[in-house]
Amino acid sequence: MTVIETDQQRVTLDPSVPLLSVQDLSIGTRSAAIVEGVSFDVAAGERSGIVGESGSGKSLTLRAIAGLLPRGVAVQGGRIEYGGSDLLTMSARRRRALMGPEIAMVFQEPMTALNPVMRVGDQIAEGPRRHLGLGKKEAADLAVQMMARTGIPDPARRARAYPHELSGGLRQRIMIAMAVSCGPRLLLCDEPTTALDVTVQLQVLKLLEKLCTDTGTALVFVTHDLAVVNQTCSDVDVMYAGHIVEAGPVAEVFAAPRHPYTRGLLESAPDFDRPDRELVPIPGFPPNVADRGPGCPFAPRCGYVTDHCRTAMPPLATVAPGRLAACFETDRLGDVL
Amino acid sequence: MTTTEKAPALQVEGLTKSYSLGTSWLSKVLRRGSSTLTALDGVDLELRRGEVLALVGESGSGKSTLAKILVGSTGPTSGTVQHDGVVAGKRDRESSRRVQMVFQDPYSSLNPRLTVGAVLAELLRLHDVVPRSEVRAESIRLLGLVGMEADVLDAYPSQFSGGQRQRLAIARALAVRPDVLIADEPVSALDVSVQATILELFARLRAELGLSVLFIAHNLAVVQHLADRVAVMYLGRIVEVAPTAELFSSPRHPYTRALIDSIPRMTAGSVNDEFELDGEPPSPYDVPSGCRFHPRCPLADDGCRSTDPALLTIGPARLSACLKADELATIPLPDTTATELPR
Repeated sequence: MTVIETDQQRVTLDPSVPLLSVQDLSIGTRSAAIVEGVSFDVAAGERSGIVGESGSGKSLTLRAIAGLLPRGVAVQGGRIEYGGSDLLTMSARRRRALMGPEIAMVFQEPMTALNPVMRVGDQIAEGPRRHLGLGKKEAADLAVQMMARTGIPDPARRARAYPHELSGGLRQRIMIAMAVSCGPRLLLCDEPTTALDVTVQLQVLKLLEKLCTDTGTALVFVTHDLAVVNQTCSDVDVMYAGHIVEAGPVAEVFAAPRHPYTRGLLESAPDFDRPDRELVPIPGFPPNVADRGPGCPFAPRCGYVTDHCRTAMPPLATVAPGRLAACFETDRLGDVL
Repeated sequence: MTTTEKAPALQVEGLTKSYSLGTSWLSKVLRRGSSTLTALDGVDLELRRGEVLALVGESGSGKSTLAKILVGSTGPTSGTVQHDGVVAGKRDRESSRRVQMVFQDPYSSLNPRLTVGAVLAELLRLHDVVPRSEVRAESIRLLGLVGMEADVLDAYPSQFSGGQRQRLAIARALAVRPDVLIADEPVSALDVSVQATILELFARLRAELGLSVLFIAHNLAVVQHLADRVAVMYLGRIVEVAPTAELFSSPRHPYTRALIDSIPRMTAGSVNDEFELDGEPPSPYDVPSGCRFHPRCPLADDGCRSTDPALLTIGPARLSACLKADELATIPLPDTTATELPR
């Protein structure tokens, strides 16, 4: 099989700016803000995780980067810079040209994300034909090659299958093959292993890690599973009620969280390596987006709360080298878990 | 002690369930392959009184089919289910009262048009659990059991969060005073911070009411926290049964070992891949010959390809369906504490 050169129409990027820079991003509906003032950078080749519970705004943040917000939800402010140029202000045509060859996305549910009436090989070949200008035959060969790279056994035969003929794990590999077919520099993953069994999850996480290491692709990985973040990412942003409340290297954040919410999440999650530890749930539940008060959104559930927390929103500030936390009382929980 | 008191709460023997798929005349003429799906293929299992038994396995292994048969919403193709040593026959009011179920998704398992009070009252009246005049008091007691206040009686399910709905679903299951609770992935739809409260509730109910719980889950870290014993299913069979701590410290079936090695860990670098499995579970339409796990098993040899191993006792309270159970015991689990971060 001939190896097809995929990077022929590369956009040249300024190496001095981060690959992706999200600045003060706000997302909401007409009546309420769902994500407020979210900022983070992703360097080329970096693996960055976003964790949070349902309704924290983690998936919307990811979808805003991909330009795939649901109807009725829109970006209300801020910038999303890819290689220094703002995705939100560039022309729709230019932005679309970036989606695929530069930025690609892997969704949670491969059954709903794949076209049910199109052979999977053709679906993978679609991107390379459009963006890399490959001919029909070349693109089909590339699709088979991509399927082989994502560990699909017997790729030439499987390329002719329809999505329903494949298992969940294979479908997720097809989606990953589709996402990486044009050699993107940034891969957005929205809970890519949540629908998979645990043995298959491990295979898919390893595959993502290998692809990213081999090609230097950066990863933004959204999940609710702390252990999966630990396995996949080097850095993590913790989101709560539409805000990033803590950020830093995964190992440091998990060992010594500096925000009470992160601490609560870690204490409530079962840790396989420490079976005797008691699980401590976080009291209460997340605030409704419509009636968030003026103070810290976590204040009503927080064990460290003061009057100050109820009236003022703590900014995301540096609390240690490489560590950010949005908490007035962060010094009081500086001790390790 | 009478014999019925000693008998396990539920005992399953030789249970099979197969679904034959619509064979069209064309398939018959062309003699296309097998059209029978074997969901359960000879399951033996006992749920002891007052224990939490976890049932783990990948999707398609038959966990939910087994649960459905145990609550009586479908019948087995062959085999028996015994309640307290008595073979359960046709589904009657008494046997359906004894075994209750809590479902995975608390959003679809509660009637959105009935208030919490109406849901509970319906059951209490139908099963004559308490005299009519005491239905309200009993409903309040049930809500108290799951940690909710009396003022939710007039609310609709849509007014509650996922965790609260799961509490309501548990209160509903408890309304008819069951002996056995079958929980099919009851926390997997919940957020982490809420999950812990529901696990705590199961542990408390078991202690306070002496319930026997069959807890179906795929998250092994959750199972490790709650269960007394664990049964591992693979492709319609139970392949290993052991007390929880022993199962996780010395698995005696290679599939269990692979499951343990696949668990994403919270501690940096503690994952290992010695037992990483290739491929995915084979199709239940076409179960491999010999040991059903052999195509994915790193230890498989010719014996495994030809002999279908039975679930045998391999030690006190331990069962394994593996010809190489003894060999596996000599392969140590990786030491995860060595790479652990200072905490």
